Amino acid sequence: MTKSVLTTIGAKPLPEETHSCWSCGAMRAAQFCGSCGKVQPPEPVDYFTFFGLAPKLDVDVAKLEKDFYELSRRLHPDLSARASGREQEWSLEQSSLLNDAYRTLRDPIKRTQYLLHLEGVALEEQSKNATEQARASGEIKRQIVPPDLLEEVFELNMQLEELKMNRKMGDEEPTLTTEIAKHKQALETKHEALLEELKNLWREWDHLIERNHASKAPAEERAKITGQMVDVLNRRNYIRNLVRDVNAALEE
Amino acid sequence: MATEYIVGIDLGTTNSLVAFMQGETPVVIPGEDGLNLVPSVVALDENSVPVIGNSARLQLIETPERAVYSVKRLIGRGVEDIQEELKLFPFRMAEDLQPGEVLRIKLGNKTFTPPEISALILRQLKRNAERYFGGPVAKAVITVPAYFNDAQRQATKDAGRIAGLEVLRLVNEPTAASLAYGLDKKQNGIVAVYDLGGGTFDISILKLHDGIFEVIATNGDTHLGGDDIDNLLITIALDDIRGDMGIDLRRNAEAVQAIRKAVIDTKIVLSSQASTKLDIALPGGKRYQREIAREQFEQLVQPIIDRTTGPCKQALQDANLKPEQIDEVVLVGGSTRIPKVRALVKTLFQREPHTDLNPDEVVALGAAVQANILGGGSQATENMLLLDVTPLSLGIEVAGGVTDKIILRNSTIPASATQFYTTQVDGQANVAIHVLQGERELAKDCRSLARFDLKAIPPMAAGIPRVEVKFLIDANGILNVTAREQRSGKQAEIQVQPSYGLTDDQVETMILDSFDNAEEDLRNRQLIEARNEVATIFAALDKGSKSPAWGQLTTHEKDRIAQLENSLKTVNAENDYQAIRKAIDALNRGTMRLAELMMDTAVSSALKGKNMDETELEEGPTAPHPMAKAEFE
Repeated sequence: MTKSVLTTIGAKPLPEETHSCWSCGAMRAAQFCGSCGKVQPPEPVDYFTFFGLAPKLDVDVAKLEKDFYELSRRLHPDLSARASGREQEWSLEQSSLLNDAYRTLRDPIKRTQYLLHLEGVALEEQSKNATEQARASGEIKRQIVPPDLLEEVFELNMQLEELKMNRKMGDEEPTLTTEIAKHKQALETKHEALLEELKNLWREWDHLIERNHASKAPAEERAKITGQMVDVLNRRNYIRNLVRDVNAALEE
Repeated sequence: MATEYIVGIDLGTTNSLVAFMQGETPVVIPGEDGLNLVPSVVALDENSVPVIGNSARLQLIETPERAVYSVKRLIGRGVEDIQEELKLFPFRMAEDLQPGEVLRIKLGNKTFTPPEISALILRQLKRNAERYFGGPVAKAVITVPAYFNDAQRQATKDAGRIAGLEVLRLVNEPTAASLAYGLDKKQNGIVAVYDLGGGTFDISILKLHDGIFEVIATNGDTHLGGDDIDNLLITIALDDIRGDMGIDLRRNAEAVQAIRKAVIDTKIVLSSQASTKLDIALPGGKRYQREIAREQFEQLVQPIIDRTTGPCKQALQDANLKPEQIDEVVLVGGSTRIPKVRALVKTLFQREPHTDLNPDEVVALGAAVQANILGGGSQATENMLLLDVTPLSLGIEVAGGVTDKIILRNSTIPASATQFYTTQVDGQANVAIHVLQGERELAKDCRSLARFDLKAIPPMAAGIPRVEVKFLIDANGILNVTAREQRSGKQAEIQVQPSYGLTDDQVETMILDSFDNAEEDLRNRQLIEARNEVATIFAALDKGSKSPAWGQLTTHEKDRIAQLENSLKTVNAENDYQAIRKAIDALNRGTMRLAELMMDTAVSSALKGKNMDETELEEGPTAPHPMAKAEFE
């Protein structure tokens, strides 16, 4: 069992340098010694590397879960409760890295965002800054409506206004609620479709990485795909917020 | 080396228990009174000596001003958080309490912080375990409600330290229950644990997979439980008494406690009977009597029970599961005995809940399982590993008083997040960080965990320093923070001001205080235990002297026994437990042959075809020496 974990998870340990186990001196995998099982001091690696994966996006989530369980059985602080203080500390750090990495990689959106972060695209920062600026100035955050949604969003907003007016008057108009629900349905379908669109971009990205496995793929080609991913994520985000607003309005 | 015992402790709002793994099975350790549950009540006796558990419960009615219960509702909280509790519970706070300060509760003319009171309960449990093992217990796993925040967890850990216990792990109560359940069932699948106890409610959804217990989502309310039902019934009774009889008892602490006891009994009876009579003796010889039907009771408590619905739905949503995807629902906590609660659970999860486990004990049993895992495991726990989550999001206050969440709720722990900070003024040496816990958007609506001051940042132009701050939630669900200035590589200094927590110095002082008392406590306890043993050995000797084996002893042997018996009687009248122990040992040795003879006669009479019931065997020795302590336990 030890062997298989070593080859699958530790296949891509720390490049170039050789590492030996602090406890028994044997060569080791990234997180624990294959020989004596001792937890090793953590190295600053990215989440893909931690799981022995290339920075590709079409991840086999079932396999990832299996590796996560396997590594948890090696790294969790419960296992080093009787070990020395520094071993406990390493195990705490290693398992927090493991959990952070698993949480990020198993989720398609977080995984994509993480890759964009590794690629130097400050996706989250942008929107966070915009939010903070809007808060500071007291303005409503300006949302750019994706062009293909303009018509849909316009109509929906009208209907939501109408719903609010009706509620104020104490009227309930079932046809209006049905209309809004229909729009919501359409948005949710769109939301799903965008995930498929994102998955297509994953495959493009993965091909690019595979084609250039020895060297880094050209920056231009990388940026082209990541740019498209940012666009899909933004549109998806917009729809998600919109659906949330609709739900809130319907539940009021 | 002596065996090291690691116990599992359920430090409950109403009752507490201690358990350990006996071979491959977790068992609860009973107290001296033979009972598994130790009521979480602490009182001071007339000499200001703390009494805990059932004896303290008696005092709660006689001298309520010197007793406290449900202190778990106060642990890790500040005076401004507990205004609601103060209306409902007879907690007497020190008058000079300041906002942000650790609470101090008055018992007689002394004051205690909630961790100190919890420590007294923990010490009682520790004692019970030590008495059971006949050896010291220094390490424990303690359970906490899954929905406890960082401050409440830290305070519970402090209580353990004050009690002289190294807390190896804090485990969430529903998760602990799932360990006991999983050990029993050994099945893969999705399990929901619905835990409605005396003062807290938790719902946890777990995935059980080949020994891995992975919590997917948890939710709850740390101020919802049987206490709330009791308080509602007390209020109704008090109103009734005022209305019907014109007696206002709201300020009469003794009467309120008497009513409390009566409504609790009523509540319990109504779980098995369709109706019962509430009958309370009032001051002045009057009685308050009222017939209560289960239906009425259910109507009254429905709003309280309904408060568990929201957290259950949220947990399902967070786990991204539909009720029909849950394979089993496990009930934990005494309040799940209420039929109406079971009915609600059945509706929520669309299945009959699993009720095979004793809802009062399963958490302690699970804690014992976790203690065993941490101690290196056994055959039964070999493959078991618990992966728990943080119940609440961790955030940082950013511009505009907004919470920026950096670790989301239901993240598997240990979990970490890194933030970067810089300065806004040239040469600025300090940066303040406000850490929050909770789900709300605004900082003021979240729980303030601590304010950190990053200090001694090397003088640089504004915006140049880059301080990396790492937030790490450990396997106990407790936050650790480290900081490093990246330009200079200097470890930044962090000064923590825990909100409503004890400082390390305070905890140290409390540990010392408790040791001062512990010495005396220990002597008294040793003495009591030695005397108990003397009673046992005399009873055994009395029996031996009437047995046929007695006739087979020589005169010399009989004289020797009489002599040893007398010396034991003499030292037993004094207060030196060590002398008593010595005399016990001497008498034990002196009666060795008698014991052997008794055994032989018992066996030979059995061989002669006598019925076992007619021989001495039924009470007789199972080990070679009947005078030894253990056989009479």
